[in-house]
Amino acid sequence: MARKNRTAAGDRPMRISALTRSRLIIAATFVVALILSVVPVPTWAEQFRPDWVGLVLIYWCMALPHRVGIGTGFLVGLLQDVLYGALLGQYALSKSIIAFLAVKLHLRVRVVPPWQQAIAVLAMLAIGQLFVIWVRAVIGKPVLGFSYWTPSIVSMVVWPWIFIILRDIRRRGQVR
Amino acid sequence: MIGADSRPIRTSTLLLRLLVFAALAVSLMALDHQGHHLRQIRSALSVLTYPLVTIAAIPARVGGWMSDALTSEQKLRQRYLSLEEQHRILQARLQQYEALSAENERLRSLLGSATRVADHAVVAELVEVSTEPFTRTIVINKGSLDDVFLGQPVLDAYGIVGQVTEVNPHISRVTLITDPGHAIPVQVTRNGLRTVLYGTGDDDTVDLPFLTASAKIEKGDLLTSSGMGGRFPPRYPVARVTEVTNDPNEAFLQIKATPLARLQHHKEVLLVWPGKTEPQPVTDQ
Repeated sequence: MARKNRTAAGDRPMRISALTRSRLIIAATFVVALILSVVPVPTWAEQFRPDWVGLVLIYWCMALPHRVGIGTGFLVGLLQDVLYGALLGQYALSKSIIAFLAVKLHLRVRVVPPWQQAIAVLAMLAIGQLFVIWVRAVIGKPVLGFSYWTPSIVSMVVWPWIFIILRDIRRRGQVR
Repeated sequence: MIGADSRPIRTSTLLLRLLVFAALAVSLMALDHQGHHLRQIRSALSVLTYPLVTIAAIPARVGGWMSDALTSEQKLRQRYLSLEEQHRILQARLQQYEALSAENERLRSLLGSATRVADHAVVAELVEVSTEPFTRTIVINKGSLDDVFLGQPVLDAYGIVGQVTEVNPHISRVTLITDPGHAIPVQVTRNGLRTVLYGTGDDDTVDLPFLTASAKIEKGDLLTSSGMGGRFPPRYPVARVTEVTNDPNEAFLQIKATPLARLQHHKEVLLVWPGKTEPQPVTDQ
C-alpha cells in the first residue's frame, strides 16, 4: 500500500485517467530506483553503485519537465534520507538541485545523443554529490577521498542504458 | 526528440522553487541535527520505506535459504557434532562461572556495594540492506514494538557491536563501533586504564586517540567496556590492541586496535537490556 506513496490518491478501481497512469508509472520507476539504492552488495562493490535515484530523476526531469521537477526531487531525496538513515534533508537538498539543473538544461541536453548526454549527467550528479559532501562536512562526518566520486562516474557510464530503458517505458506506457 | 509539452519553463519560477525547497531541506537538516524534533516525521516516513527495505532485502534472504537448502546432510551432521562439543565445553566453563559469580556477589555484599543484575538479551536478525555510503550502520528486524530503545547496546558472541541510533516500529538502525562518529568508553583489562575508543570507518581498525606516552598499554591488550557514561554495560570485550606507536612529535600515542565482534560476518546480533550496574566513580580522562 505504501509502495505507491506518491500517487496513493490514484487508486480508483474504475477508469484510470491518462494522467494518473503516467504518475503511477513514474512513481513505479522511482520505487525501483529507491530499492536498487539499498539492495545489499559486498562492501568493495558499494562504491561502484550508480546513483539510481539520481539517474531516474534526471531522465524524467528532461523528458517531462512540466510533470517532474524540483518538488519530486525533494520528495524522493527525503525518502532516500530515511532509507539511508542519513540526516533528514541531506539527499532532499542534493536531489532538488539535481532536478533544478536537469529541468534548466533539458532543452540543451536532450537534443544530443545519449553518450553525450552522459557527460551532462555526470556534471549534474557531481554537483548534487558536492552538496552531500558539504552537508557531511558541516555536521562533522568524515569526507573520504576519490571513492566518493565513483558512483557519479559509474552513473555516467550506465546513463545511455538507463536512458533507453526509461524511454521505452515512457513510450509503451504513453507517459505524458 | 521528446516533444509532448512545449510550454517554456521560466527560469525565475524555477529558481524560486529551488530556493523554497532548498530552504525547506536546510531547515529540516538544522532541526534534525540540533535536536530530535523530527523523530516522528522520520518514523512516519519509515512506514513508507519499510516495504522498500523488505523488498531490497529479498535477494540476500533468498541466498541464505538457498545455501541452507543446499547444505548436505553430512555437512549438517558434522556441524551438529562440532556444535555439541562446543556446547559441552561451554557448559563446563559455565559451571565455574556460576561458582565465581556467587563468590563475587558474596564478596560484594561484604564490601557493601551494589550487586550486579544479569543483562537480558534478545536475538535480532540483520535486515541486509545497504546504508549511506561511508557510514558503518546496520539495520535489524526489531523495533519499538519489541521494546528496542535509543542508545541500546548491541553485542554478538565475541564482543560489543554498537548501539541503536534510530528506532522505528519494525526495524532499527545500529551504529557500529567502527563508524567514524562513534565513541565508546573502554578499559584495559590488564591494569584498569580507562580511555575512549573511536571508530575510523575502517572495518577492522579502531582508534584510541587520547593516551599519552606515559600510559601503560601495549600490543595485545584486551579492551573491555568500562561502563562509564552508562550506555554500555561494563566488562564486555570490545577490541584488542594491535599497534602502539610512540611518535615524540605527537602529544598522544598512536594506538590501533581491532574490534573483537565479527562486524562483517553476522546474520544475527544480540540486543541487550542492561540490568542495574554498579555505580562507577566519574573521572574525566
